[in-house]
Amino acid sequence: MNNSVRSTARLVGAGLRALLVLTVVCGVIYPLVVTGIAQAAFHGKANGSEVTVDGKSVGSERLGQSYTLDKKDKDGNPLPDPKFFQPRPSAAGPNAENTRYKLIVSGASNLAADSKTLLDAVKQRRADAAAFNHVEPSAVPVDALTASASGLDPDISPAYARLQAKRVAEANGLPADKVEKLVEDHVDGRVLGFMGEERVNVLKLNIALRELAGTGGKQ
Amino acid sequence: MSPVLSGVLQLLALIAALALSYRPLGDFMAGVYSSGKHLRAEKLIYRTIGADPDAGMRWPAYLRGVLAFSAVGVLFLYLLQRIQGVLPDSLSLGFTAISPDQAFNTAASFVANTNWQSYSGEQAMGHAVQTLGLAVQNFVSAAVGMAVAVALVRGFARSRTGELGNFWADLVRGTVRILLPLSVVGAVVLVACGAIQNFSGIHEIGQLAGGTQQVNGGAVASQEVIKELGTNGGGYFNANSAHPFENPDAFSNLFEIFLILVIPFALTRTFGKLVGNVKQGYAILAAMGVIWLGFTALMMWTEYAHHGPALQAAGGAMEGKEQRFGVGASAIFATTTTLTSTGAVDSFHSSYTGLGGGITLLSMMLGEIAPGGVGSGLYGMLVMAIIAVFIAGLMVGRTPEYLGKKIGTREIKLAACYILITPTLVLGFTALSMALSGPPESILNVKGNSVDGSGAHGFSEVLYAFTSGANNNGSAFAGLNANTPWYNTTIGLAMLLGRFLPMVFVLALAGSLAEQTPVPETAGTLRTEKPLFAGLLVGAILIITGLTYFPALALGPMAEGLS
Repeated sequence: MNNSVRSTARLVGAGLRALLVLTVVCGVIYPLVVTGIAQAAFHGKANGSEVTVDGKSVGSERLGQSYTLDKKDKDGNPLPDPKFFQPRPSAAGPNAENTRYKLIVSGASNLAADSKTLLDAVKQRRADAAAFNHVEPSAVPVDALTASASGLDPDISPAYARLQAKRVAEANGLPADKVEKLVEDHVDGRVLGFMGEERVNVLKLNIALRELAGTGGKQ
Repeated sequence: MSPVLSGVLQLLALIAALALSYRPLGDFMAGVYSSGKHLRAEKLIYRTIGADPDAGMRWPAYLRGVLAFSAVGVLFLYLLQRIQGVLPDSLSLGFTAISPDQAFNTAASFVANTNWQSYSGEQAMGHAVQTLGLAVQNFVSAAVGMAVAVALVRGFARSRTGELGNFWADLVRGTVRILLPLSVVGAVVLVACGAIQNFSGIHEIGQLAGGTQQVNGGAVASQEVIKELGTNGGGYFNANSAHPFENPDAFSNLFEIFLILVIPFALTRTFGKLVGNVKQGYAILAAMGVIWLGFTALMMWTEYAHHGPALQAAGGAMEGKEQRFGVGASAIFATTTTLTSTGAVDSFHSSYTGLGGGITLLSMMLGEIAPGGVGSGLYGMLVMAIIAVFIAGLMVGRTPEYLGKKIGTREIKLAACYILITPTLVLGFTALSMALSGPPESILNVKGNSVDGSGAHGFSEVLYAFTSGANNNGSAFAGLNANTPWYNTTIGLAMLLGRFLPMVFVLALAGSLAEQTPVPETAGTLRTEKPLFAGLLVGAILIITGLTYFPALALGPMAEGLS
């Protein structure tokens, strides 16, 4: 009995020492080495690809953000600002558990393909987007009707960007063809020509749009 | 270019990359596990552990090493989460201690190579828990899986000995020589794509239309790469590999899929090398490849076809998917993550078509052997191979043998026990959760909320949770609120039992095989390196596991997909 207790203790001791030494290797040395390389070689990307305009931070190129008015609709959701290109619907929620930070929690709706809630949401989004952009409901593309996986999707489809161009131009008092050209200039093709989908980065497009509006469309 | 063509090209590019890495990586790993030399750093580690890396272990000793190391891992990770509240803010990001049931669940999850998460990374875990706890288990739980697989291979390769090698040496070599160097390279690639890698706290960044946004810092890329490479799957953020900081673009997405598959596939080469016949490895590879490719093609088809009322109304299956990946790449990721024991997601399976959700479920139910988790995929497939030769032996009335070893009563009993564990856990816990009054309240897609009123998806959420847990996958139909004492405890148990009970039988099997005297090959021996056997193996897998779960699948995804 004593013997087996002693040998178990010895084994657990070996396990603990193994864990601690591997924690030093994989949990301290490894992340520090990678961080060192990353910070030296890819400083901007490693720190979140923050974008500044005139020295002021306007967000991360990788993360979606909202472009809303102070006014709210009847459900208490802030209304979209017609002066900006709008991102995809988002199911990301406010922080529920740790109230110390009002942090955005990434995530998806997780609603099923046969969910009434999702079906109603899709119909509502179609109607809203059509009314907001003064287009036929059937013209609204799928990415404008569905919530993304992260809730922070930085991109929209070129179709959704083109759909919004006219409304954006009107709201900013810009010629429609200038804004349409701006959209075309901001379409990112598939990576290496075949990976993923074509997309438009909403933040980059809106920054360029604001510059254009600032010069009165003379650019 | 049409989305479908782009999806197919991505699949082809992935296959080409895997084919190119198959031989070099497989041969390299065979060298690592059979080399007689120790690196200087390794010698230092062995001295710290107090273990002799050259001492051969019989299967009970090997198993004791696995269990002791893993038990210590669970305890350490549990305590680290429990003390998070008293750590300085620079280490905890100000987050409080994790509750006991959730801390148990998370500790079990990461040590069992499952990485089921009942918490949201960005609102629960600080730098210390993520980097010192979770990321470390991402490495070592993978190395444990590979060690057990190599021990089983040695059982086939060795004769008239009971010794399966040294657990400590296999653990350390797998970590230091295979996982670490690949991770350093992979992490730098991910950062170059735009994944973050820093130790800053939660901070505010501006917004174009005014106001601010709060974002996390963290050692994300370094954890992301081992999360995929070690088929772990636990995301730094709640949105996992859908979060732009974890998976910034379409290239990083395909690269992460590659990382998930590269070791499990290449281990079949390692197996072939170690048993002295690479063709035996090719047969296993073929069986894995056929299932992986078939399931992926089926998934791409159903997602492009986007059946289901809500998806039809939207005109595409983009709910829970990111624009930069699109439908095709998301579908490849989904089958890959569920056919391995990964569970990372770049899109949310709960919003897939009914059939697509069913494919992710069935992928896990096959036991995650095509190609499966690092190590666990290979040993799971070899156990199925034993079952397949046994079936073939029954057909011709001859004692079955595999790789020169007789598959006798003892071997087939151990293999049978192995394949019975997971279904028992999955179906037992699912039945209990549906029968009790409290647990069904966690379901998001409740009965009244489905268009046809069937509530099939709600059942799938619970079935998925235990399938994912017991098979050590970690992905979810994430609508289910699993952060309750019931689910934290039962899924925690399912993960531990689903990981370590099979290992007991695998190592016992390895010990029994290693003691045998090899039987000479005769004209009547089933040629297990031929396509016929690979086909038999695929058939055995589909029939045995498919039939086990058919009633449950009929109640969930099939009812949803066909209604």
